[in-house]
Amino acid sequence: MATSTVPPRAAYGQFTPQNMRRRQIVNLIMIGIVAFCALIIIIPLVHILGVCLVEGASSLNLNLFIKAPAPPGVAGGGIAPAIVGSIIMLAIASMLGIPTGVATGIYMAEYGTRSNRYASIVRFVADILLGVPSIVIGIFVWTLLVRPFGSFSALAGGFALGAMMIPTISRTTEEVVRLVPQTIREASLALGIPYWKTVWRIVIPAASSGIGTAIVLAFARVGGETAPLLFTTLGNNFLSFNILRPMDAVPLRLFNYAIGPYEEWHRIAWATAFVLVIAILLLTIAVRRIARGRFNDGV
Amino acid sequence: METLRVMRQWWHNRRRLGITATPGLPRPPMRMGLQADRRFRTLLGAFAGVIVLLIGAMVVLLVSDSLMAWRQFGIIPFITGTDWNPPFKIFGALPYIYGTVVTSVMALVIATPIGIGCAVFLTEFAPRWVRTPLSLTVEMLASVPSVVFGLWGIFYFAPWLRSGVESWLTHHLDWIPLFKGPAFGIGIFAAGFILSIMIVPYITAITREVMLKVPAAQREGMLALGATRWEVVRIVVIPFARSGIVGGAILALGRALGETMAVTMLIGNRGQIKSSLFAQGATMSSVLANEFTEATFQLYTSSLIAIGLLLLVVALIMNILGRWLVSFSARNEVTGRA
Repeated sequence: MATSTVPPRAAYGQFTPQNMRRRQIVNLIMIGIVAFCALIIIIPLVHILGVCLVEGASSLNLNLFIKAPAPPGVAGGGIAPAIVGSIIMLAIASMLGIPTGVATGIYMAEYGTRSNRYASIVRFVADILLGVPSIVIGIFVWTLLVRPFGSFSALAGGFALGAMMIPTISRTTEEVVRLVPQTIREASLALGIPYWKTVWRIVIPAASSGIGTAIVLAFARVGGETAPLLFTTLGNNFLSFNILRPMDAVPLRLFNYAIGPYEEWHRIAWATAFVLVIAILLLTIAVRRIARGRFNDGV
Repeated sequence: METLRVMRQWWHNRRRLGITATPGLPRPPMRMGLQADRRFRTLLGAFAGVIVLLIGAMVVLLVSDSLMAWRQFGIIPFITGTDWNPPFKIFGALPYIYGTVVTSVMALVIATPIGIGCAVFLTEFAPRWVRTPLSLTVEMLASVPSVVFGLWGIFYFAPWLRSGVESWLTHHLDWIPLFKGPAFGIGIFAAGFILSIMIVPYITAITREVMLKVPAAQREGMLALGATRWEVVRIVVIPFARSGIVGGAILALGRALGETMAVTMLIGNRGQIKSSLFAQGATMSSVLANEFTEATFQLYTSSLIAIGLLLLVVALIMNILGRWLVSFSARNEVTGRA
C-alpha cells in the first residue's frame, strides 16, 4: 500500500536534469491548462449576472415589489404575492429547521462520541438527507401533508423547505460547537455549574456567530429551491395569507414566467432572477465575512 | 446494638463520606443537577431523532405509495419498460432512466477534468490575490439557484449551443451516431451541458479539500529533489488524493441525478430513447416535475412515486459511496500513507 504509488526505479529516468528543459515546458503547459480550467468556471457566473441585470433592468422597479401579477398580455405587474409567500414559507421552514437543526448539531457535538451509536446513526442520516434530491422531498411532503389535507398549502411548502434546512444547519452547527475550546467547558464545570447550564450559557453563546452562519447558509440554500415547492405549495396569482391554501413563491413564479410564452413575462422573470441571485449571493458573501471575522478574533 | 448504631451513623453520613452507591442498600437520591443533565440530553436527542423520523417516514411513504405500480407491472418490467402511456395505463420508466443516466454521465465527463483542474490551480499554483476571489466565485456559482440556470439556459445557453457547438458537431462529426441529426438547442445535450456547469463547483470544492490534506512535507521533499511543480502535482498530490477525488465525482454525480429545474427547462421533455445527444428527452426528475400535479388516476400517481423512489435509492447509493471514498482519503491523511 505504502509503496504502490512510488514509481519503479527505472521510471526515475524521466526526471533527470538532462531533460530539464522539456520538463519545464510541460510544467508551463500544465499550469496554463489548469489556469484555463479556472477561467472557464468564472465565465458562466459573470455572464448570468450580467444578463440578468441587462434583461431585467426595464422591469426592475418598485412595481416589481408591490404589484400583483398582471393578466397575460397586459404590461406591468409584479411579484409581490410571491415575495410575501416566500417570506411566509421561509418563516414556517425556520420554525421547523432552526430549532431541530441547531439542537441536533449541539447533540452531536456534545454527546456524539465514538461510542454513542445513536449519534453516529443520526449523523449518517443527516448526511443522507443532505443528498436526497429536492424533488423527492417534494413528493414525500405531498404524500405526508398535501394528500391527507386535500389541498396544496403553504404549510406543506414550508415543511419541505424546513426538512431541507435541518441537515445543513446541523452539520455546520456541529462543526462550530466542536471548535469551542474544551477548557471553557471544564472551567465552567469546575465551578459546579451543571453540564446543561454549561452548554446553554457558555458553549452556545461562544458558538453563536457560527450557528448564525449555519442558519444563513441554510436560508441561502433553500431560498432558491423550486423543485420541492412544485407539488406542495403549487403557486397562486393572488396575494394570500392563509397558510392552509396555495401560495406563491419567488422561484416558482420565476419558473412559470420563464417557460411562459409572453415577452413581458420573460422580462419580469429576468428581473426576478436578478433579485433572487443578488439576495442569495449577498447572504453567501455575508457568511464569509462573519466566518472570517471569527477566525481573525482568534477564537 | 452497637453495630446498629454504627450502621445508622454511617447511613446518616454517607453523603459526606462520598459514598453514592452501596450494594444491598437503597440508592441515595440523585442530585438535582444530574437529573437535569439527563433531561437536557434526552431533549436534544429527541430533536436529533426528527431527522431519523423524516427519513423513515420518507422511505415508508414512498414505498407504500408506489406499491400499486410495482404490483401492477413488476419491478424489472417497470424499470425496463420503454412505453410511458398514461391514456392506456401503461407505465415503463426506461426512457426517463436513460435520460437521467445520459445527462448525468455527460455532465460528469465534462465537469470532472475542469473541476479537478480548477482545484489544482487553486491549491497549487494560484497566487494569493487570485485564490481568494476565485474560490469566492466558485462558491457563488454553487449557490446560484437551479431555476436561474434554467432561465439563462433557455434564452442564452441553448441558442448559443445550437448555433455554435452543435452545428459544428453536426457538420464535422455526424458520422458518430451521438452527434447526428438536427440540433434544436433544447435537448439532452443542452441539459447535460448545463448540469456540468452546475456540478463543477462541487467537484472543485471537494477535490480542493482533499488536496489541502496532502502533507506539506511530501510536497517539499519532492521539490527538494528537483521536481517541477507540475511533477509534484502528478506524482504526490493526485495519487494521494485519488480516492477523495473519485468520491467527490461520485457525490457530484448523485447531485446531477436529482437535479430538476434547469434540466426540466432545457431537455425538451419528451420521453424517448434516441441515440443522438441532440434529440429531446426527459429525465426521472423532469417527468416528476411535469406530470406529478397532472396525474389524474391512482396508478399514474403511483408510477410517478415509483420513479421518485428509484431516484431516491440511486441518489442515496451514490451519496453513501462517495462519502465513504472521501472519508477513506481523509483517513489516509491520519496514517500518513499515500
